[in-house]
Formats: sequence, C-alpha cells, structure tokens
Amino acid sequence: MSDCRRQWNREDELPVYLAKPISTGPSQRHKSYGYTSIDFQQYAVGRNENRSSRSSSRERIVDGDFEAYEISGGTFISSPGERDDGRPGVEITDQTEKECDCQNNGKSERLLIKGGRVVNDDQSQYADVYVEDGIIKQVGENLIVPGGVKVIEANGCMVIPGGIDVNTCLHKPYLGTPPVDDFYQGTKAALAGGTTMIIDHVTPQPGESLLEAFEKWQEVADKKSCCDYSLHLDIPHWHEGVKEELEQLVQEKGINSFQVYMAYKGLFQMPDSQLYEAFSFLKELGAVVLVHAENGDLIAQEQSKILGMGITGPEGHPLSHPEELEAEAVFRAITLGNRVNCPVYITKVMSKSAADTVATARKKGSVVFGEPITASLATDGSHYWSKNWAKAAAYVTSPPLSPDPTTPDHLNSLLSCGDLQVVGSGHCAYSTSQKAIGKDNFTLIPEGTNGVEERMGFVWDKAVASGKMDENQFVAVTSSNAAKIFNLYPRKGRIAVGSDADIVIWDPDKIKTITAKEQQSALEYNIFEGMECHGGPVYVVCQGRTVFEEGKLQVQQGTGRFISRKPFPDVAYQRIKCRTKMMSKQGVSRGIYDGPVYDVPATPKYITPSPSAKTSPTTHQPPPIRNLHQSNFSLSGAQIDDNVPRRSGHRIVAPPGGRSNITSLG
Amino acid sequence: MSYQGKKNIPKITSERLLIKGGRIVNDDQSFFADIYMEDGVIKQIGDNLIVPGGVKTIEADGKMVIPGGIDIHTHLQMPFRGMNTVDDFSQGTKAALAGGTTMIVDHVIPEPGSSLLEAFERWREWADEKVCCDYSLHVDITHWSDGIKQEVLSLIKEKGVNSFQVYMAYKDLYQMSNSELYEIFTFLGEHGGIAQVHAENGEIIAEEQNRMLEMGITGPEGHVLSRPEELEAEAVFRAVTIASQTNCPLYVTRVMSKSAADIISQARKKGNVVFGEPITASLGTDGTHYWSKNWAKAASFVTSPPLSPDPTTPDYLSTLLASGDLSVVGSAHCTFSVAQKAIGKDDFTQIPEGVNGAEERMSIIWDKAVVTGKMDENMFVAVTSTNAAKILNLYPRKGRIAVGSDSDLVIWDTDAVRTITAKTHHSAAEYNVFEGMELRGAPMLVVCQGKVVLEDGKLNATAGTGRFIPCSPYPDFAYKRVKARKQLAVLKAVPRGMYDGPVSEFSPMSRGGTPSASTRTSPSKTPARNLHQSGFTLSGPEEAPIRPAGRRIVVPPGGRSNITSLS
Repeated sequence: MSDCRRQWNREDELPVYLAKPISTGPSQRHKSYGYTSIDFQQYAVGRNENRSSRSSSRERIVDGDFEAYEISGGTFISSPGERDDGRPGVEITDQTEKECDCQNNGKSERLLIKGGRVVNDDQSQYADVYVEDGIIKQVGENLIVPGGVKVIEANGCMVIPGGIDVNTCLHKPYLGTPPVDDFYQGTKAALAGGTTMIIDHVTPQPGESLLEAFEKWQEVADKKSCCDYSLHLDIPHWHEGVKEELEQLVQEKGINSFQVYMAYKGLFQMPDSQLYEAFSFLKELGAVVLVHAENGDLIAQEQSKILGMGITGPEGHPLSHPEELEAEAVFRAITLGNRVNCPVYITKVMSKSAADTVATARKKGSVVFGEPITASLATDGSHYWSKNWAKAAAYVTSPPLSPDPTTPDHLNSLLSCGDLQVVGSGHCAYSTSQKAIGKDNFTLIPEGTNGVEERMGFVWDKAVASGKMDENQFVAVTSSNAAKIFNLYPRKGRIAVGSDADIVIWDPDKIKTITAKEQQSALEYNIFEGMECHGGPVYVVCQGRTVFEEGKLQVQQGTGRFISRKPFPDVAYQRIKCRTKMMSKQGVSRGIYDGPVYDVPATPKYITPSPSAKTSPTTHQPPPIRNLHQSNFSLSGAQIDDNVPRRSGHRIVAPPGGRSNITSLG
Repeated sequence: MSYQGKKNIPKITSERLLIKGGRIVNDDQSFFADIYMEDGVIKQIGDNLIVPGGVKTIEADGKMVIPGGIDIHTHLQMPFRGMNTVDDFSQGTKAALAGGTTMIVDHVIPEPGSSLLEAFERWREWADEKVCCDYSLHVDITHWSDGIKQEVLSLIKEKGVNSFQVYMAYKDLYQMSNSELYEIFTFLGEHGGIAQVHAENGEIIAEEQNRMLEMGITGPEGHVLSRPEELEAEAVFRAVTIASQTNCPLYVTRVMSKSAADIISQARKKGNVVFGEPITASLGTDGTHYWSKNWAKAASFVTSPPLSPDPTTPDYLSTLLASGDLSVVGSAHCTFSVAQKAIGKDDFTQIPEGVNGAEERMSIIWDKAVVTGKMDENMFVAVTSTNAAKILNLYPRKGRIAVGSDSDLVIWDTDAVRTITAKTHHSAAEYNVFEGMELRGAPMLVVCQGKVVLEDGKLNATAGTGRFIPCSPYPDFAYKRVKARKQLAVLKAVPRGMYDGPVSEFSPMSRGGTPSASTRTSPSKTPARNLHQSGFTLSGPEEAPIRPAGRRIVVPPGGRSNITSLS
C-alpha cells in the first residue's frame, strides 16, 4: 500500500471550486491519481504537463515520494523535499486564505492526523492530513508542519470525509409543535455519529411564502446548528407566484434542491400536470427535484377504508401505505423526469419494489437518484404490529418501513452496487407524547423516525461488515455522492487539499449497542433499540475543530455555517444538458393537405383550442357525392389493380380545388 | 347445457351441417373428428357420426377447424363529434366475418354526464338492426357518481354486461382521477365486473400536446411525440397498482408498446390478476409511418395509445402473446375516413383516433406468431377466441368446439396467402394500415350461428341476424383467484390496551383529508414535566438515565402510563 503514498498539494489542486465551477479540479484528480502502475503513467503525464521541470524518475513516486511545505503566516511555500532534487518552490498565495473566509476566526485548531488510511470514494491510501483554518492544507507523508500543532494518532484507522446527511427535518412542525430534536440536538447527534453536515428540509405550509420560510429556517439553524448545513426547500403547492421565489432562491440564496410531494392529499400533493410544470421549471433553473413518492389519492382511500374497518392503531399506517403505492409513484416520478428531461431524486426509498423501480430506470438511462434512509436499511416494518402502542408508533414514517423483513438486506445490496446512491436519515424526531396525538387514529400520528446518529454506523454494519460494500463505496454513499448530487463536491465529501476539514476517524471494529439511554437525540426512544452496530467514529473533526473525541462531544451552538449550493450539479446535469441538445424535435415538412375535410361542428376536443378546425373554405355547401375510386388518392404507391372499380365511399366534402394531389403517394 | 342467453335467439332457419375430416383445434388440444351441427349448436363430435339425411356436408380435408374468433374490442358505428365511424355494425361485422371472427364485443361510449343505461340501449338498437354476427357490449364509464353506480349495477345484474372501461387519458373529457379509479375498481371488484382500462397518463399528454403545438409540430408525428411510450407504461403500472389494492381483475385495452407489455408481464409474475390486450395494429405494424410525408397516410395510423415508433415492437408483443403474458387480441377497429381524419389536418390533437383491424386480426396473428414458430395452433385459438370467451364468461358456449357450444367455427387454411389492400378489404375505410402486407393463413370457410357465411371467398352475411349475448358477472377465469384472495385478505387490528401515556398539545388541523375527530380526547392539560420522571420506557429495565428535558406534554388524569412500557 505504500506505493500509493504521495503528496497531494500541487498548485493545481488548490481549491479551484471557489474560483471556477468545480468540475475541473476533481476530475483531474480522478484521472491522475491511483495506485496501479497504469495509473502512474497517467499520473506522470499529468505531472509533466503541470510541472515541466520535474521530469525526474518516476520510481521515486512509487517509493513514496512526497513534497513538503513550509507554512508561515498563512502563506504556503512549497520547498524542495528532502529527496526531491531541484524542484522549484511554489508559492501559494493569499488566495487560499481569502477563500477561507468561512472559518471562524481564531477558533480553529491546527491539526495533524497521523498514520491514518485516508479513504475517499475512489481510493484509499496511507497519508497524514494537516488541517488549518478549517481547511485541509496538506495530505501526504512526512508533512512539515509548524510547531504546536495538535497531533492525532490514527494508528492505521480509516480517515474518511465526514458524513453528509441529506435528509433531516429538524424544524418541521407538526400541528404547531416542532420536533424534539431541533438544530442543536439534531446536529449534535449527527456529529456523534460521524456526520459533519446535514441538509435539512424547509417545509413551508401551503400558502406560506417560500422565501420567508427559508429565512425562518436559516435564522433558527444559524443560531443552533453545530455543524455546517444546507437546506432543501419543499414546495407545498404550485402556482405562478412560486416561480419567482424559486428563481430567487436558486440564484441568490444558494438552494439547488426542491422537494415536491406526490402524497399528502389535500395538503402538499400535486397532480401530475403541476408536477410536470414544476419539473420543467426547476430543470430550467438547474435544480435537483426531490420527490416524496407515494400515491396520495390511493392512500387517502385506503386510510378511510382501514379506519372504516375499525383499525386505528399504528398497524393501519403500513396497511394504508402499501409498498405498491410507493413503487407506483416512483415509476410515475421517473416517467415525468424522463419526459421533462430533468434529474429526479427519490427521497426515502423504503421498499424493495421502489428500489427496483429506481434500479430499472437507471439501467434504461434515466437520471434518477435513490435515497434509502437509516431506518429502511437497518430495520423493518414488523414492529407496527407491536402490542406496545408507543413502540409501534415510533416507527411511523412515510413511506412506511416495509413489513417484509428481507427489505433492509435488498436495499443494502442495491446501495452497494450503486443502484441507490445516497443514504439519508430522514431524521424527524417526535416524542412519544407528540406521537400520541394519533393514539386513536393512526392518520394523525406525526411521521418521522430517528437515524441521524446511527446512519453511518448502520451502513457500515449492514453493508461493509457484511461484505457487500467496500470502504470506498461506503464513503461514496455516506458522503461523496451526496456532495456531488447537491454540488458541494469537492469542498465536502472528499479528503483533499482545499476541502473543508470535516474529517472522521472511523474504527471498523468498534461495537456499539444502540439504546435510547445513550443517544444524543432528545427522544425517549430509539427505533434501533438494542441493535448491535459494528463500526463507528472514534474522532470527529468538523470545520477543523475536534468535536468528538474519546466518546465525548464538544460542540458549540451556532458554529454551523449555511453552505450555499450552485445550480446545475455536474453529476446530474451533464447528461441532461447533452440530452436537451439531442432531443429537439422537428415536425415533418409536408405540403398542405388539400384533400376533402369532413364537416364537423366546432366542439373543442380536450383542452386544446381548435382554431384551425374550420379553415377549409367549403363548409356549408352541400357536398357533392363522388366516388373515391375516381380520386387518385391512394396510400401506398401505385396499385396493381388501380382500374378495379371500388366500393362506393362515404360522403365527403370536396375542396374547391377539386382532386387532391399532394395526398397521393406517387 | 343451457344458456340464459338462449331465449334471445330468434328462430332462424338454420342449416344442418356436417364438417368431415377436419382437425379440431381447441385451446387445449387438437384431434381429428367430424362435427355435426343443428340449430346453430354443435350436436355431435366424433368419428362416423350418425346424422340425418339431407345434411350439407363440408369436406375439410384435414384442415384445421377452429372456434370462430372473438374480437373483444371494436368501435363500430361509434359517434364522434357529430359523425360516425364509417364502418357501421353491418359493414364492420362483415369485415370481421371475412377474417374469421364470428363474434364482436363493442364499446358503448356514453357522453360524459349522460346515462349509461340509455347509451347502452341506444347501442343495442343500432346493433340489433344491423349486426351480422353475435355480439356483446362493454360499457365505458366516462364519469363517476353514485347514480352511475346504480346504473352499473343494473347493467351487470339485468343487462348482461360484465366489463366496463375507464379512461386514464383524455383529460377533461373521460379521464378519471386516481381516487375515482379506486372507487370504480372497488365497486366492480365487489360485483364481479372486469375493469378495463385505457392506460395513458392524460395529464402529461395534455402538457406534451401543448408543448408540441407550441414548437410548431402540428402533423400526425405530433401525436406520437406527445404520447410517448413511457406514459402508457406509467399508466399501466398505476392501473395495476390500483387494481391490486382493490382486488379487482384488470384488463388493459390496447397494449401498444414494449414497456407497457413488460409491466403487465411483471405484474402477472407477481400474481396480479391482469390481462393485456394487444391489438391487430400493434402486432402488425409500427409507428414509423407517423413521419410519412403523406399526411393522409400518417393520419390513418393515429390511434391512442399510438403505435410505437420502435420497429421491433410488433415482434416483441407477439412473443409475449405467445408466452401467455398477454392474454387476448382485439382489433380496436375504429375507422374514420380520410376526410374525417382531415379534421385535424392543422392540429394533430383534432385527428379522430382509430385504426382498422377487425378483418386482419386472425391472419396477422397467424402470420406473425404461428408461422414464425412462436406459438402453436392451440395458443392461437386461445388468444383469438378462447381467452376472450373466458374473460367475458361466455366459455364454453363461445371459444370452444364442443358438444353444446354455439356453432361458430372456422376452417382455417394455413397455406393461403393474401395481400392486404384497401381495394379488396370489407371495411368501408378507403385506407388500410396494413396496406401491401402479405399474410399467410386465412379462413377458408366460416360458419356463424350454424350458417355458412364465407365460402370460396364469398361472403353471404345478412344484417340483423346477430344476437346480443349477455355476459354474466364473476367470470371464473378472473374471479376464482380474486375470491380466494378476498377471503385471505381480511385485515385485523392489533388488540392493545388503551394508550394512556402523555399526549402532546397541538393545534388541531385537518391533515390529509382525514377528519381529526378523535384528536382531543385527552381531558386535561398540566404544566411541563420531565420525561425522565415518567415511568415511560421503551426497552428493558431503566437505570435512571439522565435524559434531556422533554417537551410540554399533557398528562392524563390517571398519571403514569403503564401499558406503554415494554416488559
């Protein structure tokens, strides 16, 4: 493994994402790094281009070549390494520092993580990581760092990019009461689980302004959040006025993802035609469309049916939200996405059939992403039938957990093979007394499960420890893919020079028994209660500060920053852009049909206006009867039996020009 | 055997017929035997039959004798915007007979808002006057209300209709919302009807149509561009979902694309009771013609869902038909003259939809599926006749050659080759979407109601001789499984003690359309308390953990909760 050790800090790897669209930096890196010999040649080429002076033997790199940097006053000077002959020093200017405006002055530590195995989504390598000002400054071996740096010995443990939880609801009120985990409790729990960034859902009430709701959320989160965050906006209903707000949100507020609902009839649900318009508009803006995919019409029907049967307990929830309704809506959402040519992101993939639908669509080339959540990967819906009402109600979320106990395994398999891309938590914590609002009617139980703290652990336990997934894919599904889809990459989701210092040291052998007693969440229950989870964070660095160490959390409210996101994420939109170019449709240029036109009363069909239905000049004249065999009208070439008399045709209106010519094939 | 429909049989001077030396092909087996018919019913089958003298004898010479075809989907004499399709019941059934089809099932399409019963009676009147072969009727449900429910019920119970079509397309005209579909399917499932569905997503079609027209595409190619295959597949998927939720047998009319057919075969694999009906056009031709430079030719292919522009579609559909994933072939015969089609010459959304196919149906299947080796002759009988009879609950009166069955049968000439052309077909349409196709396999002789109607290429059909055949509800073919599942699928609530723990305070608001009647039953509201003081726990023994402060809760008068703790 030592082969792959090398320095990371070349000037072309400085945080380009801040200056340019992020595509150039990471893609170069993808190409030029790797630890097979073939990749080394590519690497060499890259190096030659970038540094013509450095054409010395390549074996050195293989031997563990490195570069060292002296750091003084925030300026980077790359100096020749001990074993590097005559390489010109490269000065990295203040640019870097200016770009680090995101740091919290003076608070951030200088950290050196030594002896760890840096695991990104594409490769793993042994390297040290040096962090300053909340940014990763150096990655490599034998780094030269200033004195007084806090050194963390990773002892060969995995060093991974901090997790990104793309689906939390930490401020989503239910009937006026907010969830018990607010941005403080929620992000604390996230950090304890190795997640260093969350993306929360802003859920405006129907009729409420999106912008106002966004600002409300931002205000609350700025005050309370302990880690970086970003926001998705849910669009409760579609009308013309929303468009302007959306435009503003995308262009000024840094939001690039919006959720629409196919469920919650009478509240958030949109009919297909509105979805079509919403998709079309969001696509123009370059946003990712998040879809809550369930057929709300049928759910409403099933709910009243099941209530009518006298089933009022939590088991009514999965009974009225059968798996099929989820799969159906996923299929419909993908169809809409294909039609509009818009990327679709399915939040909360809870069932096998929904996941299969996503996988099939991806095989056909649709740009669609699927997000299973902690709960759907780690537990199943059999608990809805628990005799304990509170326990059963704790599992209520929409779409519901599948009662099929093989579901988690199936979803983990699809996650491992890349058919599902991102794991969220769907963390939306309502206390038992809040859940008890629905004690006599399951449709009133507030929906949501915990999972933000357990997310990374269970992906490791269920997928990596079971051999379905490797550590790189683990990083991809817990962090990198999310960063790519929501255009945060490589600032987030990667350990590389210039990325944010959100780093987790992961211990694959750690064993933890999940219990509500020891969790960070304010909930009095945990749906994973009693489950044993292999793998967990031993050390968490967030924004360059140590926040979790030796099982202890040291967090500060309000330190989290809002991370704005640009539209048109490459991973979703590169294909979309090409397809838009390809897909321009053209009409067939034909002569004008001048044959007979049947006379119809002008009743419009469908909603399309029929302005052209009456353009035939001869409308009211009594049509002369003629035999069709006298016309030279024919549909397919000259006929052998053209002279055979034809049966008499129907009454038709002859145009003034008499016989038609262009309608014959000849 | 007796049939309730028999009283409808007008006394006809039926011939006595003996078909000798034929190979009888049913859907399950083939065997050599003679058939003796009298009074429009098959009386004897076997070798060396003893028959009265003076019987007309037909030598089959070892050719196949098959049950007459049943065309389960036609639109004859269909009124549309003040005009009618050019093939009326006489012209259309003649075309059907000429192709070896001895029974048709036509769709009654009531205007939205009008009575289903009245429309049904009107169709009966039109048909009885002109029809040349036996017929039955589907009724389309174009709008839904409680009044319609009663009409549907009386159609099922008194009028002999067991299949009803609903539309997922034609926005603002026939289209039903998901909730209405749910109610209709539930209702039909309870009363033994078959839910037929025109599966296309009408909402998206309307949007796409506007987009196409805005882009300046007004020709027939706009029709297929605005109704892409996916929308069909999506709607089929949705229909399957709703049907499976409501436990109602589903029949998808006009399966036109590969993806829609795939959805059906997947659903069948999962055990759903769903039948798919490809039509003559989707098996015989494809949608590339929409781009023809000849407007009239392009327009003649306009039907909904459209023919798929993918030229491999017909082959694929006939494969699924042969494997049994698709069940039955209709023709969807609905012919408009070119002048009628030309109503939409400047706007493709105005083109009346429909293609021909009643006459070509049997030959196309023979040519595309049997000659190519995909299907055997028994399966051919199943998809052209027997399955339809089973779905309509007419089996074994129709769809089988057996003693007691109606004497509707066809001597099928496997070697005949004919070229389809509008000049020689029996439809009144001046075009034929299969123009120029050479088809192997054709009827040599057709017997309908015990009378020879096609012999030596000559058609001797008499308008008005056809009878209405009432279909009874709960066809076994569809309902045996449905009934069994109904008995199994009884949902039960979990018996729990009353939840007597704290209930959070909340502002009442109706959610999801469900009334929140029972939300405020907790009687009192008390100041906040810490949850860790409550005996509430979810798992195992408690060790006095230090819990974060809870939220404001309402404590019930009974104090601590017990039944909510696990133990």
